[in-house]
Amino acid sequence: MIINTKNRTKHSIEHQGDNPNDREIAIEARHLKIYYGDFLAIKDINLAIERQKITAIIGPSGCGKSTLLRAFNRMNELVPTAWAEGEVRFLGQNIYAPGIDPVEVRRRIGMVFQKPNPFPKSIYENIAWGAKINGFKGAKAELDTLVEQSLKAAALWDEVKDKLQQSGLSLSGGQQQRLCIARAIAVNPEIILMDEPASALDPIATLKIEELMHDLAKNYTIIVVTHNMQQAARVSDFTAFITMDEDRAGYLMEYGATDRIFTNPREKVTEDYITGRFG
Amino acid sequence: MTTSTDANKKVGMSEESNLPQRHQVGTIWQVVFQASTIIGIITLTALLYNIVNSAFGYVALESKVDPETLAINDVPLEELPKEDLVQILKDYVSAGLFRRFERDKPFENRTHEEIYALIQERIIQPEIVSTWSLFDSITKKNEIFSQTKIKYPKAELHFVSWLNPDFVTSPQSSNPLAAGVRTAILGSLWTIGITLLTAFPLGVGAAVYLEEYARDNLLNRIIQTNISNLAGVPSIIYGMLGLAIFVRTMEPLTSGAIFGFTDPTTANGRTILSAGLTLALLILPLIIINAQEAIRAVPLSLRHASYGLGGTKWQTVWHHVLPNAVPGILTGTILAISRAIGETAPLVVVGASTFITFDPESPFSKFTTLPIQIYQWTSRPQGEFRNIAAAAIIVLLILLLALNASAVFLRNRYSRRLA
Repeated sequence: MIINTKNRTKHSIEHQGDNPNDREIAIEARHLKIYYGDFLAIKDINLAIERQKITAIIGPSGCGKSTLLRAFNRMNELVPTAWAEGEVRFLGQNIYAPGIDPVEVRRRIGMVFQKPNPFPKSIYENIAWGAKINGFKGAKAELDTLVEQSLKAAALWDEVKDKLQQSGLSLSGGQQQRLCIARAIAVNPEIILMDEPASALDPIATLKIEELMHDLAKNYTIIVVTHNMQQAARVSDFTAFITMDEDRAGYLMEYGATDRIFTNPREKVTEDYITGRFG
Repeated sequence: MTTSTDANKKVGMSEESNLPQRHQVGTIWQVVFQASTIIGIITLTALLYNIVNSAFGYVALESKVDPETLAINDVPLEELPKEDLVQILKDYVSAGLFRRFERDKPFENRTHEEIYALIQERIIQPEIVSTWSLFDSITKKNEIFSQTKIKYPKAELHFVSWLNPDFVTSPQSSNPLAAGVRTAILGSLWTIGITLLTAFPLGVGAAVYLEEYARDNLLNRIIQTNISNLAGVPSIIYGMLGLAIFVRTMEPLTSGAIFGFTDPTTANGRTILSAGLTLALLILPLIIINAQEAIRAVPLSLRHASYGLGGTKWQTVWHHVLPNAVPGILTGTILAISRAIGETAPLVVVGASTFITFDPESPFSKFTTLPIQIYQWTSRPQGEFRNIAAAAIIVLLILLLALNASAVFLRNRYSRRLA
C-alpha cells in the first residue's frame, strides 16, 4: 500500500457536530470482525449509523467496504466461508445473536445492489413479490396501492404506470435500478443498504438515483458504498473512510460529517485518498 | 515493400509482417471446422438414405390362390358382399377350421373387412418371394419386371411402402406383410412415461439439493464425483441392476401382485414398470448433472435480490432459481429422454418380450419397445424383416422428433415468459 506522507494540505475550518454518539442511532457495528475462512476481511470496526441520514462508505478497492455493508443485514452469510465476530446492534439487539433469523433481518434492512437485478418478471410482480412472500394478506386493490406507492417513492411511477405488466428487464439500466429501489421499499424496511448503486449507470441515471436517495432519506436510513468521491460528497450526510493495512484487513480510518471529512480530514490517509493520491 | 521489411526487421515481429500468416492460420482452421460439419452431414445423410432405401420398394408376391380366380361374375374379391365372402371361405377351408372360426366369433358378427382379412390369411396366402430397395426400384424398374417374369412367373409385383398406416396400427405378427409396431409404440410410450415420471422429479430434486443446500464437504464431493461417473456407466450394467432390483427383488411390486393386480399376461417382474424404473436409473445421472448446470447458471444476483427482500432459501429456490433454470433443465431432460427411448440393451436384460401381439394395458403388462422390435427384426434371416425394421426406425425417429419438439416448445414458452 502506498501512502504519501508528504504534501499534506492544511484545512483551516474544523466542522462541528462530528460525534455520532449524541444522535439517534439506526444501526451500529461494535468490534465487528468479518472473516472469509481464515482471512480477516474487516477488523474491529466500530461504526454507528444515524437514523434517516445518508452515510457513505468510501475506501480503496478491496478494503472491505462491501463486506462491511453486507454485514449490516447478514448478506455475507451467503458466502459459505464467511463468519463474523463482534456485534451489529439494530433496534437495541445484536443481529448476530443466536436466535435471530437472518431472513427477518434482511426484510427490515433492505439492499440495492451494484448491478440492477430486477427479477425476470413483470414490473408489477417485481414489487409485489417481496410483499407477498413476507405474508402480505391484503386484497388485490391494496397490493395495487402498494405497488403504486413504492414506484412513486422510487420516482418511477410516471415512466412505467402504463406498462406494469411488461418485464422488468425491458426497462433501461437506470429505470431498472430505481425498480430495484422501489422493490426494496415495498417490504417497508427501516434501513436501505446500497452497494455502489450508480456505478453501472450513465451520468443522468446516476443523478436521478442520487436525487432519489435524498428523497428517501426523509423516511429511511441509507448506507451507501461508493467509489465515486463526488457522489459521496454530493449525497451523504456522513462519510466513513475504510482502508486496509498490510495484511489486507479493512479497518475504519475516519468517520464523520461528510463536509468535514471532505474539507478537513483528520487523518493524512483520508486526505490522500479523497484527493486521489491513492486508491 | 522493401522499406517496410527493413523497418520490420528493426522492430522485430511487427504486426504487419505476420498478419497474412495469422489470417492464413484462421482460414485453415475454418476449413477444418467446415470439413467436420460436412463429414457429419454426409454420415447422417447416408444413415437416412439407408433407412429410406429399405423402407420403400418393389415386392414380388406369390399367392397360393390367385385372387382373380375367386372373383364371381367379374366382381373383384374385395367388392363382393359379405355373404359371398363367407361362402368362399366355406368352400376353400376345411369344415373343422370353418367351425372353429364360427365358434371364435359368429360370422354375422364379423365385419366385411375381418372376413376379407381372413380370406387373405387363409386362402390367398400371399408370400413375399423377393424385395427390392427404393433405389433399385426407381433405377432398374424394367429389369425388375423382366426378371420377375422369368424367375417367378406366378408372382405379382407391387410397389410397397413398408411404412404405412397399417404398419403403425397393427400389432406384431410373424408375417412381415401384416406385422406392425403398435405394441412397440405403446410399450415405448408407457416405458418413457414411467421413466420421465420417476427420473425427472428425482433428478431435479437431487440437483436442487446438491446445488442449493449441500455443503461443500468431502461426502458431498464424493457423491458428486460418483454421479458424474454413473453417467458414463454402460447401459447393460443398468440392465443387470434393474434385473436384480426391480425384476427379482421387488417382484411383488413390479408385477403388481401387492396391489392385488393379477394381469394374466404378466411375466413375473418383467413388466413395463421394471423397464421404466431401469431406464429412470439410467438417465438419472444425466438429468441431475444437466439440472445442476442449469441451476448453477442462474445468476447469483437474482438469488441475492431475493434474499435481500427477506426471502427464505425455499422461496428463493422455488420462485426464482427453478423458474429460471427450467429451460436448461428441460434441455437436459430432452437429451436424457432421447437416450432412454433408444435404449435396447438394458431392456433385453430386464426381459422385454420380443413377440407380443396385445397392447400393454397397465404398468404391470408385458412389453416390447421400438428399439427391441427393430433389434429383433434386423436379426431375422428373412430379408423382408429388414424392410419393416427400416420402417420401424422411421417411426422411432418420428416419435423422438415429436417428443423433442414438444419439449423444445415447452422450453421456448418458458424462456419467452421469463424474458
